[in-house]
Amino acid sequence: MLYLLIVFLGWVNIYSAVYNEEHHKIFDLSQRYGKQLVLIFGALIIALLVIVTDSRFYSLFAYFLYAVVILLLITVLLFGKDIHGAKSWFELGAFRLQPAEFAKAGTALALARYLSSRGFNIRNLKNLFNTGLIIFVPALLILIQPDTGSTLVYFAFILVLYREGLSGGILIIGILMVVLFILTLIMDKMTIIIALLVVGYLVFWILDRNIKRFLIAALIYIGLAGSLFGLKEFTGLELSVYFILIFSLIISGFIYIYFVYFHRIQKAVLMYLLMFGSIIFTFTVDYTFNNILKPHQQKRINILLNIESDPYGSGYNVNQSIIAIGSGGLYGKGFLQGTQTKFEFVPEQSTDFIFCTVGEEWGFLGTSLIIILYTVFLFRILFLAERQRSEFGRVFGYSVFVIFLFHIVINIGMTIGLLPVIGIPLPFMSYGGSSLWAFTILLFVFLRLDISRQEYFI
Amino acid sequence: MKNTYENRKYVFGAFLLLIAVVYIGKLFSLQVLDKSYQSTASNNVLRYITQYPARGLIYDRTGKLLVYNEAVYDLMVLPIQVKEFDTSAFCEILEITHNDVRRWIQNAKEYSYYTSSPFLKQVSSETYAVLQEKLYQFPGFFVQPRPIRKYSKHIAGHALGYVGEVDERTIKDNPFYKMGDYTGISGIEKSYEKVLRGEKGVNVYLVDVHNRIKGSFQNGKNDKPAIVGTNIISTIDADLQEYGEKLMVNKIGSIVAIEPSTGEILALVSSPTYDPSSLLGRGRSKVFEKLSSDTLEPFFNRPLMATYPPGSTFKLINGLIGLQEKVIYKQTEFYCYGGYYSRSIHVGCHNHDTPLNLPEAVQNSCNAYFCNVFRWILDNPVYSSVRQGYNAWKDHVLSFGFGHKLESDFSYELKGFVPMDSYYDRYYGITGWSSLTVLSLAIGQGELGITPLQMANMTAAIANHGYYFTPHIVKEIEGEKGIDERFSVKHQTTIDSVYFPIIIDGMDKAVNGPPGSGSTARIARIKDITVCGKTGTAENPHGEDHSIFVAFAPRDNPKIALSVHVENGGFGSTYAAPIASLMIEKYLNREISRQWLENFILETDLIHIDKKD
Ligand SMILES: [Zn+2]
Repeated sequence: MLYLLIVFLGWVNIYSAVYNEEHHKIFDLSQRYGKQLVLIFGALIIALLVIVTDSRFYSLFAYFLYAVVILLLITVLLFGKDIHGAKSWFELGAFRLQPAEFAKAGTALALARYLSSRGFNIRNLKNLFNTGLIIFVPALLILIQPDTGSTLVYFAFILVLYREGLSGGILIIGILMVVLFILTLIMDKMTIIIALLVVGYLVFWILDRNIKRFLIAALIYIGLAGSLFGLKEFTGLELSVYFILIFSLIISGFIYIYFVYFHRIQKAVLMYLLMFGSIIFTFTVDYTFNNILKPHQQKRINILLNIESDPYGSGYNVNQSIIAIGSGGLYGKGFLQGTQTKFEFVPEQSTDFIFCTVGEEWGFLGTSLIIILYTVFLFRILFLAERQRSEFGRVFGYSVFVIFLFHIVINIGMTIGLLPVIGIPLPFMSYGGSSLWAFTILLFVFLRLDISRQEYFI
Repeated sequence: MKNTYENRKYVFGAFLLLIAVVYIGKLFSLQVLDKSYQSTASNNVLRYITQYPARGLIYDRTGKLLVYNEAVYDLMVLPIQVKEFDTSAFCEILEITHNDVRRWIQNAKEYSYYTSSPFLKQVSSETYAVLQEKLYQFPGFFVQPRPIRKYSKHIAGHALGYVGEVDERTIKDNPFYKMGDYTGISGIEKSYEKVLRGEKGVNVYLVDVHNRIKGSFQNGKNDKPAIVGTNIISTIDADLQEYGEKLMVNKIGSIVAIEPSTGEILALVSSPTYDPSSLLGRGRSKVFEKLSSDTLEPFFNRPLMATYPPGSTFKLINGLIGLQEKVIYKQTEFYCYGGYYSRSIHVGCHNHDTPLNLPEAVQNSCNAYFCNVFRWILDNPVYSSVRQGYNAWKDHVLSFGFGHKLESDFSYELKGFVPMDSYYDRYYGITGWSSLTVLSLAIGQGELGITPLQMANMTAAIANHGYYFTPHIVKEIEGEKGIDERFSVKHQTTIDSVYFPIIIDGMDKAVNGPPGSGSTARIARIKDITVCGKTGTAENPHGEDHSIFVAFAPRDNPKIALSVHVENGGFGSTYAAPIASLMIEKYLNREISRQWLENFILETDLIHIDKKD
């Protein structure tokens, strides 16, 4: 048990050290470096406090802690400080607190407690609904701030549910919704609808493996849409293109029912509903965004999704980041030798784009080492989560796992241009007290649970 | 223990491994396989030169260019690129000291080590030429052109406003601005900042180790051109404005001239004024300090922010309210034997014929007449109490734009003061006041506080026979259909248009009455132009009274309505009336026929009297 503690403290130390040095580079001559040291020290104290607390405290007070963070999220909306158009921060003197970071830990605790409660069954609709509520209430509150990056983290919890028995279908729908949500805001509605239709029919073909039925289904739809287009052209009827596409889908739906009735192809129904649902979802998001949200809220969301934020044209940060990382080469330019990094990055992004400093100054060796370290770290959490005897411990462990996973994957993915720019920090490396402490709490609560996994069932 | 889905842990593991492999692969291709980034980045550095847009130009109503731009050069520094350099040569070119260099580099470092910031602003073009050749000796320094404001005439400082660097708070609240950017601080420059400012662009250049620009990075793929600001045509008449400022030299006060049919501000003179171009260039901060500490407050925008009691000019309003409330008629006469006497109160009056009807009372500015009118309004038997009478009176007054902001396109207009009934309750108790207590309102003294802009607006409303358009300073924004809709809304006063000719008759007589008829403003008469005006004197407890005159002309189809305030100028007829008259003549005839009157005003110095004594 002690061994485990040492190993994990070692883990944290490695990260702290790496992280510490990075900051020395970036914030040389600035006060941020010193501030961060204090924050690290604070993090260690928090870790210690977390470790000495009785492990039962976390499961007993899970709901209470959850309520506290929800309350904080509400208060920050009411009394928070408005920084760059988002109300995400409390200001306490020189120190800023971002409740959204701590809300993740609170949600993980509540989720673990609820999923491990007696008689819980994820296939039970009521239980599933409550689970959804636990996840989406804080997500919604954070979205209002708005902090889209942190909100998206909550979608990662769906992965935990998957581990606990949620059917893969719902997982796919969940992922689909996130992708659609972002795509709707970024791309043209028409493109999305047509893409959805094509993908829908193709998936149906792959699932069904029957070219004849696929062709019939597709032809019915194309025929209907085509004749409606013809009608529009020749009679001069005022039909919107959207109307034609969707009306054809509904009508062909009736024809498909006939087919399904005779051939019993359940997959077709599923595909059809999925396709239809996606289109409706697209419209809802689009409508909500354009008609219900006020212009300044739209702008905030656009800025957060980086749709129109860049003063220097789209993709500026990503270009910069890729140039910086690319210039690092195999060995990097060496400590403090980076010239590309952070030229014109705004401070907020310098916290999120820390990975490109690693890339520039430590080269491929540095970046791959970091990724390997993170991978081992995540595997370790996965392993620990799996060996938990209590469901509470396991669910919490998985929550910790997915939160870290999501942050690391999104953050690094964005700096190397594989994923869209979503502003979330890189665990233990990005500058910022709230995220550092919140990640520390997450990790150490889990370690505490792990230490006492034996006694937990006494 | 239910752990039915244990196998799913392999899905997570596989997923994690997959991502790790993909990321490392991508990094490998980016950092090791792709050599293009290394060659660009290791030997060369990218430099981002902001393309500052030219601010929109400002024209006067006749198309004269008032404000334009000129390029200056800021010497920028990027601390991380600064290496050892020949400080002496550097100082010699820029005419600065070693100490300056050290301090300014330190400032830049404190701002950001990795972001360029201005080292020395507005370098002259001669210095720039010398510097440009030797710039390669000074790594980390480069020159950034930027447009600054230029003024073709040294007028209208308060109306045009000025441009200055954004403060830290603005930068924090508004991501559009960065340190060193300029923004409108006052006047049109501030109110129409979003129209005028345009949009910044950026050019990305490759710079070699010798600090020389090698060319555009990736053929300008990442460049973004600046978008020039939109031009504005203001309502100001530059000649009239210039003339007004000339007349007001050595006097404290203001002139506001409005075109009644549109609400367009023709001239907005605040005296003493300042030259807007003095707030530019490197001497700016000294001038600014000097102007700020001047006891005559040249930065104080008097037309919008000074409030005075309106004095006798307010008799126009009381006369109109009396007519509307039907307590008097045109022919209603009151006697005046040297003033108004009632119980304990005595309001004095000057010597004139008696009795007078309403137009004659306006002509003679009889205090007794308007004391009677005012008491009849408040003590009108149709109202059950003096409070109701007072509130009826007050509502009429407010409808002329008094007591609240007119919502012009200036960002710092004051609302003036018209007391609520509760104000008197606080002073005299709920039943402690009567029409006699507040009698000073009858002749525009007492608690009333009115800005020169509101006075000019009132005059415009009278000229229009009962309505006004919100005064505004911008006539047209280039490429836009119209200006803000609020400037085309007709604000109707509560007085019927039929009553205005009676009061206007009085204003006409006050200026154009025959000699010896008691006209108070004969000095304002202009040959062939029917000027209608009213004098006023605002009591000043701190010294000589303020001289006020309101007027419009011509009587039919008025083209100009104005208010003139001359602080410590004594009676309205002494200085304010001649100034108003000259302004009207200048605007309508474009030349001055009464040279003697102009000389009299130009030679008047009300500021330096004390010092001479
Ligand atoms: Zn009299």
